Amino acid sequence: MSKNEFGTSGADLELRGVSKRFPGFTAIEELDLTIPAGSFFALLGPSGCGKTTTLRIVAGLEEPTTGRVLIGGKDVTDAKPFQRPVNTVFQSYALFPHMTVIENIAFGLRRRRIEDPLGKAREALRLVELENVAQRRPAQLSGGQQQRVALARAIVNRPALLLLDEPLGALDLKLRRQMQLELKEIQAQVGLTFLHVTHDQEEAMTMADTVAVMNKGRIEQMGAPEELYERPRTAFVANFLGQSNLFGGKVVSSSDESIVVDVHGYRVEVPRARSQRHSGEVAVGVRPEKIELHANEPVPASGINIVGPGRVTDVSFSGVSTSYQVSLPGLGVVTVFAQNRSFGPVVHEGEQVWLSWHVEHGFGLEDEPEQLPKFAADDDTQSIAAQRRRQLQTELEGA
Amino acid sequence: MAFGAFSSGAAPGVATVQEGPRRKSRVALFLLLPGIAYLALFFLVPLISLLLTSFMAPREFGDIGQFDYAFRWENYVKVVETYLPHILRSFGYAAIATVLALIIGYPLAYFIGVNLRRFPLVQALALVLVIAPFFISFLLRTLAWKQIFADEGPVVGALNALSLMGPGDHITGTPAAVVFGLTYMFIPFMTLPIYTSLERLDLRYVEAGGDLYASPWTTFRTVTLPLSMPGVVSGTLLTFIPASGDYINASRDFLGSTETAMIGNVVETNFLILQNYPAAAALSIILMATILILVGAYVRKSGTEDLV
Ligand SMILES: Nc1ncnc2c1ncn2[C@@H]1O[C@H](COP(=O)(O)OP(=O)(O)O)[C@@H](O)[C@H]1O
Ligand SMILES: [Mg+2]
Repeated sequence: MSKNEFGTSGADLELRGVSKRFPGFTAIEELDLTIPAGSFFALLGPSGCGKTTTLRIVAGLEEPTTGRVLIGGKDVTDAKPFQRPVNTVFQSYALFPHMTVIENIAFGLRRRRIEDPLGKAREALRLVELENVAQRRPAQLSGGQQQRVALARAIVNRPALLLLDEPLGALDLKLRRQMQLELKEIQAQVGLTFLHVTHDQEEAMTMADTVAVMNKGRIEQMGAPEELYERPRTAFVANFLGQSNLFGGKVVSSSDESIVVDVHGYRVEVPRARSQRHSGEVAVGVRPEKIELHANEPVPASGINIVGPGRVTDVSFSGVSTSYQVSLPGLGVVTVFAQNRSFGPVVHEGEQVWLSWHVEHGFGLEDEPEQLPKFAADDDTQSIAAQRRRQLQTELEGA
Repeated sequence: MAFGAFSSGAAPGVATVQEGPRRKSRVALFLLLPGIAYLALFFLVPLISLLLTSFMAPREFGDIGQFDYAFRWENYVKVVETYLPHILRSFGYAAIATVLALIIGYPLAYFIGVNLRRFPLVQALALVLVIAPFFISFLLRTLAWKQIFADEGPVVGALNALSLMGPGDHITGTPAAVVFGLTYMFIPFMTLPIYTSLERLDLRYVEAGGDLYASPWTTFRTVTLPLSMPGVVSGTLLTFIPASGDYINASRDFLGSTETAMIGNVVETNFLILQNYPAAAALSIILMATILILVGAYVRKSGTEDLV
């Protein structure tokens, strides 16, 4: 490939059967992935699942144990990093400490002997709104500014493929939201292919066209953010992207449209198209915000699942919505989110309630019901908040 | 490493002291007192004595080696006239030896500091090996080299057998032998400071260089080398300064001959044999001043603010 080629459009990335084994540890097992040119692709997963390793393989900083890497249809598996039309925004920024900000940004342009490197670097600096720090050293910048310089240093090269390794990790929430929007704008402006790695599900969903959820070195599910959220295929995805209520049971009847699962005596109907398994023991789920609370037993109707009665064990107010924990005999604890349309909670702790949701909101998982996680993932912020609240309450009661 | 002190001066503390309340600066002064006293006693006093000596005049009707205090600046003109070749030779040999030691020491330091990172035990062992020559007196080591390079030694024998040397050729007593001895002696002084800066080098910068289209060589030139400059500067200073004043390697008793005599040898002769103390002192002062000027220019040229 020509070194002086200044890319104007993105290239697609294809990983074919890529795996990576470190001595005594498999970081990536069998990764097959195609990212179309010009798209904003997010690789989402908990820390340690192999995201950085995947990026390093694409950048050429790590050699895959098996498999091929293709960029723009060209096999680059054996190409050295500096020969690949790829730039990386490193998790640690890796800004050269002995150069000024502007020299850092011009570095890649100078290496490729592109005309007017300083002018282009200044332009990139404008893009990230940091023109005023051009002559400073990286050490004189705040973490957020360094991150933006790292971004400018990569983007200025117009790489066919831009790799971003948790590029917003060091920013506080507000700046992060702002940078998310900016990044997305920049991507739309320059039309390059972005491969964005993050462990923040909200970030992945707001920014990316396509999200791949990664777990323990493999991709669990891939698709548009809405699709992943509305139709998770595995319990991991159901709980990593937002929260889910999951139940296990046996399929008792099925039709062309739906299957009916017996969950501890409750009849739970799930659309056939939204289920991964259609017979035997299955796991089904529903998102907390899809459930409605009723103080009196609702009248059964077709197209509605009803469970209850249960008892409200916890009510926690979080501004926009209120989260209710409802304990149902046999089912365990179900989480329900309700928008705060009126003042105060709709029901109170200790009250008896019934739950209902539309059949088309349910989903069926690939997982065996026995393997369902008993609790939501620990790193889920909502469950941490709820836990913390409960702790505080017991402390207060004890005092 | 002790060499770190050479590159990371005491600047940060000083700045804050000035900003602080006056009482703080008095405390700092008090703490600095032993250091100042030490410098005054062991550096300033001999230096002044040396300066005074360098201007002395021979005592009228006195013996050899008897001098009176005077202001005979002609001493300087005289030694420069007499010993200019030695002065130039000193700095020439020292410069060549410094470059050679850098060429050998840098890759060695890189190998130990970067390639051996994953094997801490091997790394420690390699460092011990670099320092190992210090366990033997350098006089003995230089004598050993003299034996090896002697006319009846193995090297000359082998070269003779290969007809690479004529019957009248020697190795000892040549400038090459002296430069070799200097280089050999100062390789550890070059290697260790460079090692300390390379050992801390964050390899992610090197990866970033590769990611930004720099070939391995370009990455070395634009990233690794500048980041290890503090070590290179320390190492070259630690080599060049003592090498230009060295008088062991160049001496006739070791690897040199009268044709290879350096300032150190001349000072030694003037001081111990000719008993011309003012000449010896004037030469020392010239050596010191020249080194100061050269080093000042060098540090300034390679000078980034984070260097010293
Ligand atoms: N050079 C290495 N040697 C051994 N194990 C490694 C190495 N690099 C990464 N790993 C392991 O591979 C796994 C995935 O790492 P990484 O890709 O950095 O995760 P993520 O970026 O998703 O947090 C981790 O468990 C990590 O310990
Ligand atoms: Mg990572």
